[in-house]
Amino acid sequence: MTTTGIGASVRRTEDQRFITGNGHYTDDIRLVGETFAYFLRSPHPHATLKKIDTTKASKMPGVIAIFTGADLAADKVGNLICGWAISSKDGSPMNMGPHPALAQGKVRHVGDQVAVVIAETLNQAKDAAAAINVDYGVLPANADPAKARDPKTAQVHDNAPRNTIYEWSLGDEKAVDAAFKNAKHVTKLDITNNRLVPNAMEPRAAIGDYDKGADSSTLWVTSQNPHVHRLVMAAFLGLAPENKFRVIAPDVGGGFGSKIFIYAEETVCLWAAKKLKRPVRWTSDRSEAFQSDAHGRDHVTHAEIALDDSGKVLALRVKTIANLGAYMSTFSSSVPTYLYATLLSGQYDIPAIYCEVDAVYTNTVPVDAYRGAGRPEACYVIERLMEVAAREMHMSPTELRKKNFIRKFPHQTPVIMAYDIGDHDATLTKAMEMANIKGFGARKQRSSQQGKLRGVGYSTYIEACGIAPSAAVGSLGAGVGLWESAEVRVNPTGSVEVLTGSHSHGQGHETTFAQLVSERLGIPMQQISIVHGDTDKVQFGMGTYGSRSGPVGMTAISKALDKIEAKAKKIAGHLLEASAADIEFKNGKFTVAGTDRSLAFSEVALAAYVGHKFPTAEIEPGLKEGSFYDPTNFTFPSGCHICEVEIDPETGQTKIAHWTAVDDFGVIINPMIVEGQVHGGVAQGIGQALLENCVYDSEGQLLSGSFMDYTMPRADDLPSFSVGTVVTKCPSNPLGIKGCGEAGAIAAPVALINAITDALGHEDIVMPATAQKVWQAVQKTYKQRHAAE
Amino acid sequence: MTTVTLKVNGKKHSVDIDPRTLLVQLLRENLRLTGTHVGCDTSQCGACVVHVDGQAVKSCTMFALSAEGADVLTIEGLANGEQLHPMQEAFREHHGLQCGYCTPGMIMSAIDIVKREGHDLDEKTIRRELEGNLCRCTGYHNIVKAIAAGAKVMKGGAKTGKPA
Repeated sequence: MTTTGIGASVRRTEDQRFITGNGHYTDDIRLVGETFAYFLRSPHPHATLKKIDTTKASKMPGVIAIFTGADLAADKVGNLICGWAISSKDGSPMNMGPHPALAQGKVRHVGDQVAVVIAETLNQAKDAAAAINVDYGVLPANADPAKARDPKTAQVHDNAPRNTIYEWSLGDEKAVDAAFKNAKHVTKLDITNNRLVPNAMEPRAAIGDYDKGADSSTLWVTSQNPHVHRLVMAAFLGLAPENKFRVIAPDVGGGFGSKIFIYAEETVCLWAAKKLKRPVRWTSDRSEAFQSDAHGRDHVTHAEIALDDSGKVLALRVKTIANLGAYMSTFSSSVPTYLYATLLSGQYDIPAIYCEVDAVYTNTVPVDAYRGAGRPEACYVIERLMEVAAREMHMSPTELRKKNFIRKFPHQTPVIMAYDIGDHDATLTKAMEMANIKGFGARKQRSSQQGKLRGVGYSTYIEACGIAPSAAVGSLGAGVGLWESAEVRVNPTGSVEVLTGSHSHGQGHETTFAQLVSERLGIPMQQISIVHGDTDKVQFGMGTYGSRSGPVGMTAISKALDKIEAKAKKIAGHLLEASAADIEFKNGKFTVAGTDRSLAFSEVALAAYVGHKFPTAEIEPGLKEGSFYDPTNFTFPSGCHICEVEIDPETGQTKIAHWTAVDDFGVIINPMIVEGQVHGGVAQGIGQALLENCVYDSEGQLLSGSFMDYTMPRADDLPSFSVGTVVTKCPSNPLGIKGCGEAGAIAAPVALINAITDALGHEDIVMPATAQKVWQAVQKTYKQRHAAE
Repeated sequence: MTTVTLKVNGKKHSVDIDPRTLLVQLLRENLRLTGTHVGCDTSQCGACVVHVDGQAVKSCTMFALSAEGADVLTIEGLANGEQLHPMQEAFREHHGLQCGYCTPGMIMSAIDIVKREGHDLDEKTIRRELEGNLCRCTGYHNIVKAIAAGAKVMKGGAKTGKPA
């Protein structure tokens, strides 16, 4: 390992601009002649739009235009789409309701876009929006997913009877029923997976621009996947042809899934810019973000697990209602189906699994992928069941897990996934050592002496990432391929530009990708630039989500580097008067095998472009290669998180005494960055389990609409984390990488709830386990103890 | 419109503004110092923290007019030429940032914490003092480490680009 190669904790290249205030986020960009868009949003969860009167507002100072859904319809702007087709178990297609970028005839959630004001200044646009007079015909609303399918509940979309988008299933129902009949023990749980708001610190933003002379459009947007933005906006919304349309996603301040999707606001900015022949910009307020960024999770689940008397799992049965909100967001349909039910087997050899998922509309903000996307929900189901089953059967939760661990790989689960590799005993054992589980009894006793309740909880998780083999996802309904592309351009001076379809919004690609190139080509990192986030520079790419940039994006770079090396060897062979087959490339040097005749990488680079003596019939000048890499399998990071809590029964306050994470991410490029990903993921998981909750009242009003009433984890809510790794090399890509971005958010919530319920001595707690809820749960603990005495 | 006169990163500015302009808007829109960020609209996130007359202030919560005659230091004025402030260096060294959006506010708050609490900061103090700054990426683990380390180096006497 070199000081900058694979495995080195290289300090990040991109940090220089961020720590000096020189980043370029979308809202930092200013264009000549720009105008400001402000969206008038519905205060009602459900209402018809009887009349929108803009007469007074249009005459206010600085107002350039006011548009409504009628204007978009007149210009034949397409509706926003969901790009993953899921069929119901009876074979019928999903019921996708129309999703116009500005409401047409009806609003369906608080925050739905009613009109847009475009003005010379933002304040003028806001003032005019306040002067628009909307006559709403308020309708009864539906905000509770558990009640959405009741025939008496208000209908969100006419084409979705009983608010049902699909009734989907996976697995063998008959085999599961038979296994349950033979079970010696059955554990049942009702689970609510709470709705979350992603809340990347940078609010979403967009700037649309149209160049009349070139008849071309440009969109700057807070996107995790600028090419997907361009593709959807060109092909489905019809806003500009792909060849005359540039999308730039500059520095993006966090995404966590919420910036994958194609939203109404960027659609309107781009369309209006062409209409007005002036740039149109919009930046979300935080309160707008709460009402318009796609939310996460929101499942209501009943789950049952069947075991024999030794604790061997026989079968798993899961029924989930998934709330997708008022409209189907870009990838919403896939999250509670193929990203959820396919992971229900966890780390265990389970012979039969059956899962039903009913996806429903409600009058709430659309729900889509949020860090982990379906996998945290699956992990929560299986890991709660395992923990509770162990307690009910008076077995140690680790012994029950070990009894069921998969130890032979590859392993085909009954729910599509074929796990390729892992060592679940190793991650569990290492985590137990790091968490000093042997000393837990003494620590619990000490807490007890101080009047505190202490508990420990486990989460032995597995996830599928490196999303994803195109053929596999295509057969499951995905509308796009999920390969990744890369291009490596070697310049005559020996510096290198790598153009990648991955997008960095905090992951540090400019560093880790350069580490790979530096190691492969033997040149210093300073000579390597990583270019991303611009459709005019990068030919195509699928972007960054699903922990795919390492296993998929970097493999594409690696494959392009293979081609660079092969061509450079030909050039070196020609220059050194040897056959390309006899050229060895090591530490940045091309050498004729067995001789001291060699050329530096920079000499070959220069020769590639100064081709005076080239046999051009055999070797073309230039040194630039590309690759599209389509993975052959998902990757399967796995590991064990152990959480130890101490509860103050007087206040209900839960203190995380210790957090241990041992993850198997395969080969790690930069341990410092990977640990940072674990920290951040765990923090979001702790947020879900302890603090965060997006709440709608029964009328569909959003009660948690700002940082004043949605509890974001703060520094003093969280502990420091003990992070360790175990490495089993991923067999499906040449780098052996599995991906690390989502693991923490997947593993953490259930470890924490398992710890709290261990401390409480009963299972009666719903996320988020706020101090109030824990205090109430402690009263039940006392009653139980009193009854036992 | 009205005029506000103030010093930012050592340079004097007189700017005509709408009286309702916030300090952060003046910095970002009028002076084009876009290192100071806006992450919320309820004074919770701290992405907009700058120093006004030597004290950490959420610039989204202060009218630009209230800064009349004030000496303002933003993230852009922190380094001494090419030489980074020790707290900037500590954030890089300890991986105290990922997406970078909260970072300017974090660094400005961190320096203020050191001013008030001294150079030997324990974890508990740092976590408590970060109450007004939100980060969604790092889980704070490395921010806490960075601030503790930066505080120690500042003991040697930190030079900012321009006196605040």
